[in-house]
Amino acid sequence: MRTLITGPLLAGLCVAVLTGPMRAAEEGACYVAGSLVHADFALPRTAAAIERKHVSIVVLGSASSSLPGAEGAAKAYPARFQESLTRRLGPDVTIKVVVRTKARDTASEMVKTMRPLLADEKPDLVVWQTGTVDAMLGVDPEEFQTALGTGIEVLRGGKADGVFVNMQYSPRTDSMISLGAYVDAMRFVALQREIPLFDRLGVMKDWNEMGVFDLSTATKKIDVAERVHDCIGRMLARLVVDGAMLAKTNVTGSGSVDTPNKDNH
Amino acid sequence: MPPAAAPAGRDLRLDLFRGLALWLIYLDHIPSNMVSWVTIRNYGFSDATEIFVFISGYTAAYVYGREMNNRGFIVASARILKRAWQVYVAHIFLFVIYMAEIAYVAASFENPLYSEEMGILNFLKQPDVTIIEAMLLKFKPANMDVLPLYIILLAGFPPMLWLLLRNATGALVVSVVLYAVVWYFDLNLPAYPSGTWVFNPMAWQLLFVFGAWCALGGAERIGKVARSKPVFWIAVVYLAFAFLITMTWYFPRLAVYVPRLLSESMYPIDKTNLDVLRFAHFLALAILTLRYVPQDWSALTWPIMRPAILCGQHSLEIFCLGVFLSFLGHFAMVEISDGLAMQVVVSVLGIVAMVATAALISWYKNIEGRKSPRQATPNADLAGGEA
Repeated sequence: MRTLITGPLLAGLCVAVLTGPMRAAEEGACYVAGSLVHADFALPRTAAAIERKHVSIVVLGSASSSLPGAEGAAKAYPARFQESLTRRLGPDVTIKVVVRTKARDTASEMVKTMRPLLADEKPDLVVWQTGTVDAMLGVDPEEFQTALGTGIEVLRGGKADGVFVNMQYSPRTDSMISLGAYVDAMRFVALQREIPLFDRLGVMKDWNEMGVFDLSTATKKIDVAERVHDCIGRMLARLVVDGAMLAKTNVTGSGSVDTPNKDNH
Repeated sequence: MPPAAAPAGRDLRLDLFRGLALWLIYLDHIPSNMVSWVTIRNYGFSDATEIFVFISGYTAAYVYGREMNNRGFIVASARILKRAWQVYVAHIFLFVIYMAEIAYVAASFENPLYSEEMGILNFLKQPDVTIIEAMLLKFKPANMDVLPLYIILLAGFPPMLWLLLRNATGALVVSVVLYAVVWYFDLNLPAYPSGTWVFNPMAWQLLFVFGAWCALGGAERIGKVARSKPVFWIAVVYLAFAFLITMTWYFPRLAVYVPRLLSESMYPIDKTNLDVLRFAHFLALAILTLRYVPQDWSALTWPIMRPAILCGQHSLEIFCLGVFLSFLGHFAMVEISDGLAMQVVVSVLGIVAMVATAALISWYKNIEGRKSPRQATPNADLAGGEA
């Protein structure tokens, strides 16, 4: 009994001690907003895939999951996320990231594309970035919330973990796009369905406030945008690794791999 | 049944709290403003909108109820509709300012990080549709939802006022039934480019009519109950409960202490349709206010209260100014600095501008009132212009 409890505790402690300095190096200046990024819920399927040394991930999103230009795909956060994950998990874990972005898809339109996506790619994890398009079109927040819930059910039915990514912080359009109701809806669904949420909005707000990035300058240059995406990718990788680790401690601790499924109603 | 008599003298509390509500709405409308932490929406379910709508209903009944008793249904209705028209014009004016802001940003701001967010400017590409939808009250950009609600509430008010004057309780029942029907069938007005109205007028009318009912003698009828000890304690407990729940939104780690059953039955707390929890929260606040701020409270005449009261007395103008100032304040924050000092400066300057404008409007009304002797009837100027 005692070893059962102290085992994972010790393991967790070792992991924390070992990953501490590595974390700081990996995250660099992005780290200032680190306290906002934590996996509140476990990612059991991702953890199992890491164990199998092969993780298949889909990033499903709208325009803000990509960057313009010839180098855009390599510099946007999904690619940076893949790189950071590889660094964190070591070279013997293969990580495949498929990016599916459609500029003007609302959450409910994305849900429609999910089933074929799951069948084709069989992902262990789907990073689902959404909300901005819905807010701009003024989709009923309740409808948005329902779409998020349905989407999560589809993902779980397809045996994939889910991670939400919310909106960008955009100071220039802050007074034109009312994000509030959509941010709340996503946070609520995340809590209710036990889905880790990457609070991109909060993180970018922190970066802007602390002067890591100046997000209100008008510019044609892409360098700041690239660094922002690089940071988002790194922080997202941290959240996913944390979520997977949480699943491992859950397995040894209480043996409840299937807890995320308990409220599939 | 004898028509209910409007109470004599203006209740300064209404002006005071409407003025404060206008300040809070202004602070809440500036995005990423730390100063808005002081506003009530962060400490409970309801916010300044409830106060504004309730007091608007109260004053509308107070002013036009007397008019309907004295000069009949037609004259009073005509005046109410004239007021609705004024609010409509004000809304279009704000829309023009909003368009100017958007067009400026579209022309001057470029950043590869925000190609998605710039989609909000797409409607500039089809001004034909956008402007017509705005005139039909279907296109309502951010922070411009309250006036369309107010327009519909006023436009539908004449028959409701007629009924309120004949059978106040019956009118309240009609209002509650409409509210229930709206909830049951999930009814709302359509909006452009998609979705529905942010403030569903058919749900929010409940608060407006309740305010009107209170003005027409309802307040005295429930006064005893509202001032009783048990009701007071229920209100206190409910406010404390709402406060604790709200804290779990800002400190998500606390959310685990909210029982699942409770959170499942409670959420989402629907602002669009005036959730019953929000209505109850407003009632609880009103009960506490009744207890601690009596109508003859001497502090109401203190100079320090004067700025808020002045703003409350010219609510339409000050509301519009507040929306405009919140655009301007946000613009200044983006252009110059968005540090905490700037946020405080913008918040304070905005409120000062609102007070100065209210004082100016009072002065205008005063000199205009002196010119025409018909306006000199006691209180008509003060109350008549500002329902």
